[in-house]
Amino acid sequence: MATKAVRAKKLKVAIRGPGKTAIKLTVNGETHELLIEPRRTLLNALRKDLGLTGTKKACDEGTCGTCTVLLEGKPIYACMALAIECDGKSVETIESLSKDGQLHPIQRAFIAEDALQCGFCTPGQIMSVKALLDENPNPTLDDVKRVLSGNLCRCGAYPKLFQAALRAADLVRTGR
Amino acid sequence: MPKVIKTKTEFEGHVFEEYVVVEGEGLSAWEPQAPLKFVGQKTPRIDGPERVTGRALYTFDVQLPGMLYGKILRSPHPHAKIKKLDTRRAAKLPGVRAVLSYKNTPKISFRQGQTFVFDEIVRYVGDEVACVIADDEEIAEDALELIEVEYELLPFVLDPEEALQPHAPKVQLSGNLLNGKPDLYERGDLDQGFAQAGVIVEGAFKTQCALHNCMETHGSVALWEGDSLTIWDSTQHIFGVRAAAAQLLGLPLNKVRVIKKYMGGGFGSKNGLGKYTVIAALGAKMTGRPVKIMLDRHEENLAAGNRPATVQHLKIGAKHDGTLTALELRASVGAGAFCTWPPSVGGPARQLYLCPNVKTEQHTVFTNTGPLSAFRAPGYVEGTFALESLMDELARKLDIDPIELRLKNYTEIDQMTGRPYSTKGLREAYERGTKLFGWDLTPRSPSLKGRGGSPPTLGEGLGERFRRGFGMASQIWSGNGSPPAYALVKLNPDGTATVISGTQDIGTGTKTVLAQVAAEELDFPIEKISVEIGDTQLGPYAPLSAGSMTVASVGPAVRVAAHDARQQLLDIAAQVLEVPRESLTICDGLLSSSAIKEPVAVKDVLEKLENFMIIGRGAREPNPEDVTVNTFGVQFAEVAVDTETGEVKVERIVAVHDSGRVINPLTLSSQIEGGIIQGLGYALCEQRVVDKATGVVINGNLENYKLPTALDIPEIVFEMVDQPDPRANNLGVKGVGEPPIIPTAAAIANAVADAIGVRISELPITRDKVLKALKKE
Ligand code: FES
Ligand code: FES
Repeated sequence: MATKAVRAKKLKVAIRGPGKTAIKLTVNGETHELLIEPRRTLLNALRKDLGLTGTKKACDEGTCGTCTVLLEGKPIYACMALAIECDGKSVETIESLSKDGQLHPIQRAFIAEDALQCGFCTPGQIMSVKALLDENPNPTLDDVKRVLSGNLCRCGAYPKLFQAALRAADLVRTGR
Repeated sequence: MPKVIKTKTEFEGHVFEEYVVVEGEGLSAWEPQAPLKFVGQKTPRIDGPERVTGRALYTFDVQLPGMLYGKILRSPHPHAKIKKLDTRRAAKLPGVRAVLSYKNTPKISFRQGQTFVFDEIVRYVGDEVACVIADDEEIAEDALELIEVEYELLPFVLDPEEALQPHAPKVQLSGNLLNGKPDLYERGDLDQGFAQAGVIVEGAFKTQCALHNCMETHGSVALWEGDSLTIWDSTQHIFGVRAAAAQLLGLPLNKVRVIKKYMGGGFGSKNGLGKYTVIAALGAKMTGRPVKIMLDRHEENLAAGNRPATVQHLKIGAKHDGTLTALELRASVGAGAFCTWPPSVGGPARQLYLCPNVKTEQHTVFTNTGPLSAFRAPGYVEGTFALESLMDELARKLDIDPIELRLKNYTEIDQMTGRPYSTKGLREAYERGTKLFGWDLTPRSPSLKGRGGSPPTLGEGLGERFRRGFGMASQIWSGNGSPPAYALVKLNPDGTATVISGTQDIGTGTKTVLAQVAAEELDFPIEKISVEIGDTQLGPYAPLSAGSMTVASVGPAVRVAAHDARQQLLDIAAQVLEVPRESLTICDGLLSSSAIKEPVAVKDVLEKLENFMIIGRGAREPNPEDVTVNTFGVQFAEVAVDTETGEVKVERIVAVHDSGRVINPLTLSSQIEGGIIQGLGYALCEQRVVDKATGVVINGNLENYKLPTALDIPEIVFEMVDQPDPRANNLGVKGVGEPPIIPTAAAIANAVADAIGVRISELPITRDKVLKALKKE
């Protein structure tokens, strides 16, 4: 069945290494300097080097969407990008959404609709919905389905994910 | 004083007798119409904020100072003896801290002696050979390639039927048939039953091997502090892992602590201790540093369990009016290389219908493939597919409405034990489902035939190339819950309460449901309740979160503990406030009495006692002996089959289930929908494919193992019978985790048969099978 590849267009990367190399990564508004192996994925850099474990990994090969983050505002599979590809770029992760202890409307919608079971795919789903709403504040059910088709949920929270995305759109639109 | 009681418990089709300790007051279930404040409410998950912010800590997220990573070398051969193993080059790679194998670790027997943690014989592609512990995963992976192994290849067998042949290679020394004999069940006189039959239908049904593919893979983190071991494990049974790890590592129970705060799915595959856990513990001991081993997606699909493939020969005899006279099932199940827990494929045939003459025979067979594990309603999903498919054929043959046929063979008596069911809402489920779905409007309905058989179009018109079909199937499953399960409810000096139990939330919303139960019994606002689970050091014992038994086992214990805490609170408050005990009541966390003017907050009483903490204790009461507690349900499917491409599109599923009282309709609806969606994947697209020549799993990843995605989701409509079962337990609840996956594939298969007029008796119903069936037509 369909899987949608969510990937930014091919980035130009200068050859680096062997050995560790320095990069600058702006994550959730904060700039970090990292010394990393060139083969380090963005996902591992976020999780292991920056301790941002909210972004999950379920396949590490671009087939599930669990690791979805926003790179320069566009959704990507963080397991499919090398950290060095993101040098100088800005990344948004699930940790950026709630501000001052206030949940983001998407997060509130996910809780209200129970759009999660085990919750492991949830950060990726939320980031995909975020990308959708940033681009299209008034999505149809079909838009939602298409966007989420790149995010697997083994628990089968799909019907609730659809409702949550639509409710979130409503909350965002009406500024609630 | 604690009471010791001997009781029977049932788990996934197996019955046990055990002693349980019961403490606390026996409470009777709330009346069906009792006004309840929290139970029955759509309470959003109390741990929702952690889950949506990424702050929920999964085993995969545990990062400890100095932590190392382990990667396992797995056998590339389906059956071989390791002749030579040289790890020296791997060990020299910078960043590698240890290499573990059978050479430098104790010989630890695993899976009841069927293998060792590191065995010199490997029995499937993916069997553990060695493990590298290194500073990082990538280094460990590099090192795996430097390990030199020389294998002596042994003959292998992949197919269960072949494995039963006399000269088949032996997967296990004791032979390829589990326990050396088939699992046999008989009642009545089968021959006589078939002799009485006016019609006989039979068929061979095949179900595929399905992979759980939990989004969080299996894995553990092990940390030694002195001689104490702490294990973070993505498990459905912290106490089970504690007991097994202690035993295998030779440790006393009080030196092993198992923690599981959040987990990314289990579906039965995480019911017990994994080799990776033991290896992580050994590696941590060897290196003196914490070690994390998480399987990758490919390993997960080789070594972390599966729903085994089955072949089922089923034969049903019935009178012309539809009354069943005989049911015979011969099933073979491919266990893979190891198996200590065979699924009960014959369960539905033995239990679902009134039938005096039944025989089921199950051969569970070892093969050189990855070992099976429980998978959401193990055996029953497979068995229901065969039984309900053939019942559909019988209805066709007798020209009886499928629902009518099922009602004809309806039983209020558990056919296995002769005891009545505590409650059985299946008749009501049929009625409500029939209406919800509009079954009487489908061309299958006799009433429509009476009107001349012109099928009305439900939904949109489909055009020439599509054919629409309708089908239904029923479900039976235990889901009764049982002791032993214990809980504590602590009342803190500030008037908040903490529920503690050694259970675990595998994604179903356990914490929230337990908070609702405690809030109800205490009559505290739910915001004042927190729930601590998933840590063997914190909580008293609770059973594994499987078998649809968590709420029905732990929930009643929590209610008793809350009741105990409430009684203590009243005792104390009466003395502190100097009012008669009988005059005191609690409402919304406030104490009132006719003897005082204003209600007093619990906090104001408890704070007077310095830091005294009320601790209520509760145990799950034994199950009733004179009735059987089971769950029931029915699902209807509407499909559209594309006759050009063979694609089956499920357009609508309607489900009505009886799982007793509903505590939380919101989290319950997630369970129902999730079960149906997994059932849909099983019906249409999921299948592990093993290469016959090499024993290699060729689609052990999420690209080629096809899971349902957002684009495959049909309209799902469901209702619960929602009748409290007062005999079941003090909450009147039954389980709901597994029931919804059980009938889905059968209902879809019946709808496909209705659409194309040909029965497809092999899952998954993929396009090639549909096209083949259409040509046969
Ligand atoms: S973990 Fe990145 S797509 Fe699966
Ligand atoms: S909630 Fe479990 S995978 Fe989506």
